[in-house]
Amino acid sequence: MLDQLISTGKKSTRDGFGAGLFEIGKQKPEVVALCADLIGSLKMEAFIEAFPERFFQIGIAEANMMGIAAGLAIGGKIPYTGTFANFSTGRVYDQLRQSVAYSHKNVKVCASHAGLTLGEDGATHQILEDIGMMRMLPGFTVVVPCDYNQTKAATMAIAEHYGPVYLRFGRPDWPVFTAENQKFEIGKAQLLATGSDVSIFATGHMVWQAVEAAKALALEGVSCEIYNIHTIKPLDEAAVLDSVSKTRCVVTAEEHQRNGGLGDSIAQLLARRLPAPIEFVAVNDSFGESGKPLELLDKYGLSVNDVAGAVRTVLTRKK
Amino acid sequence: MADLQQLRRTATQVRRDIIRQTSMAASGHPGGSLGCTELFTALYFEVMKHDPKFNKSGAGEDMFFLSNGHISPVWYSVLARSGYFPVSELATFRKLNSRLQGHPATHEGLPGIRVASGSLGQGLSVSIGAALAKKLDNDPHLIYTLTGDGELQEGQVWEALMFAAHHKVDNLIAIVDWNGQQIDGPTAKVMSLGDLPAKWAAFGWEVLKIENGNDMEAVLNGLAEAKMHTGKGKPVVVLMKTEMGFGVDFMVGTHVWHGKTTNAEQTERALAQLEETLGDF
Repeated sequence: MLDQLISTGKKSTRDGFGAGLFEIGKQKPEVVALCADLIGSLKMEAFIEAFPERFFQIGIAEANMMGIAAGLAIGGKIPYTGTFANFSTGRVYDQLRQSVAYSHKNVKVCASHAGLTLGEDGATHQILEDIGMMRMLPGFTVVVPCDYNQTKAATMAIAEHYGPVYLRFGRPDWPVFTAENQKFEIGKAQLLATGSDVSIFATGHMVWQAVEAAKALALEGVSCEIYNIHTIKPLDEAAVLDSVSKTRCVVTAEEHQRNGGLGDSIAQLLARRLPAPIEFVAVNDSFGESGKPLELLDKYGLSVNDVAGAVRTVLTRKK
Repeated sequence: MADLQQLRRTATQVRRDIIRQTSMAASGHPGGSLGCTELFTALYFEVMKHDPKFNKSGAGEDMFFLSNGHISPVWYSVLARSGYFPVSELATFRKLNSRLQGHPATHEGLPGIRVASGSLGQGLSVSIGAALAKKLDNDPHLIYTLTGDGELQEGQVWEALMFAAHHKVDNLIAIVDWNGQQIDGPTAKVMSLGDLPAKWAAFGWEVLKIENGNDMEAVLNGLAEAKMHTGKGKPVVVLMKTEMGFGVDFMVGTHVWHGKTTNAEQTERALAQLEETLGDF
């Protein structure tokens, strides 16, 4: 199973978003798109060219964008907002909280350039707190797909789900290893490899890092079970419990602060239901900085080696 | 032709409802609610085409959005009095397990409310979105929205102003409750709004005024004029001068009653000035 996880090339998840938006636009006339002056970055050109009357350029005014999206949803539209993850969350948290989450509006908050792999723009733009913020909002579904194909599928699938969704993706070209034209099931963890020694729960770009780490560990005789947690909320609790009841130890991996992210969510579940040793591969209470994506993942402890190291550590703690 | 006398009688009952809701809850915002009573009565009993059976999408009807959600008592009163929910439910305002939350919300399913408001500055953006949806659907009905004047200190409002003019959102009538008061005092003292008509005009809006927003006839005329300016490529704003606390002599014209309610004796004095025209809840 692990051997079959092969990169077929590199493409960005934001390109997957653009492709998915165009496809769902063709299928659903009620899908509309909004953008706060980042059309090119969000790869929204195909949608805009095909459906100019269903696209709204908001300018650099994200708070207004979220309110307008809520209003469009009242009128029966399915609005997709597009801007960087930083400006999709922290900058507009109160607007999302009141006009979208509390009001249960069918708004899809589509957030690119999340995490360290944004790269050279540096810490002002590298948001590492967004998963935590968004999973705290009652009623929000939080989706973090792992590659181009999955982001395309997720972008389309969220239109079928009534309610607010946070869709998080990124900037860099990244290995594509999930199936083309896959069916994306919100809330259903994706088992990528079965194993017996340790459960690795990863999300977003870190899923590929986990796959690479597991391949290296296999050579040492360590058998990793890998789950792609593409839906952070609602968490697929059954899948997590099922896996951990077998392996009895856990590594989580995410391009996010350790506080508030996927690891927190898994730890909370296990503390209640099935206590087990956990190691967290995540940014540890710091901001990022300028640099190339892989250099940054290395410096902040999110490299393939870091995932493998976390597995070795957690195995020593396993009873 | 509007039955002015009947509208005025309805407004008087709405004022009683405001005083009674807030005094029974011993919390809430009577001042701004009293100041906007003519507007709400005019909108719900004369101006808007709306259906109390309440379709949340508002297809085929006019829609109203309240941005300054703290004046919920006046909105709840006109919604109940126009048939959205039982008038008796006004007695539950701000109490546990009520659909009448302190600030308007959709969460408990109160008919007539389409979005939560209370955190200020968001309503105009939401209204613009609803107006855009109407345009996409070729629905000729209008969006009405009310914003407080102190609320204009929020930056998001000016983002919305810019957008509406640029995108020619001309099926929207924004109304500003220009009472010159906010929690900490007169707006001129807390944070000057400057030349409001000039600011809205500079942002590309058609600017109209209602000089006396507590005169029913003036409100009806002002809204009729606003409606005539819709569909002409520009968003329309009505700057409506009102007196906070209007209708009760000891409450009028001061920010003191913005978020303060009347005690038993004051409630009695207030109600003595407001005839019970439609029957209390």
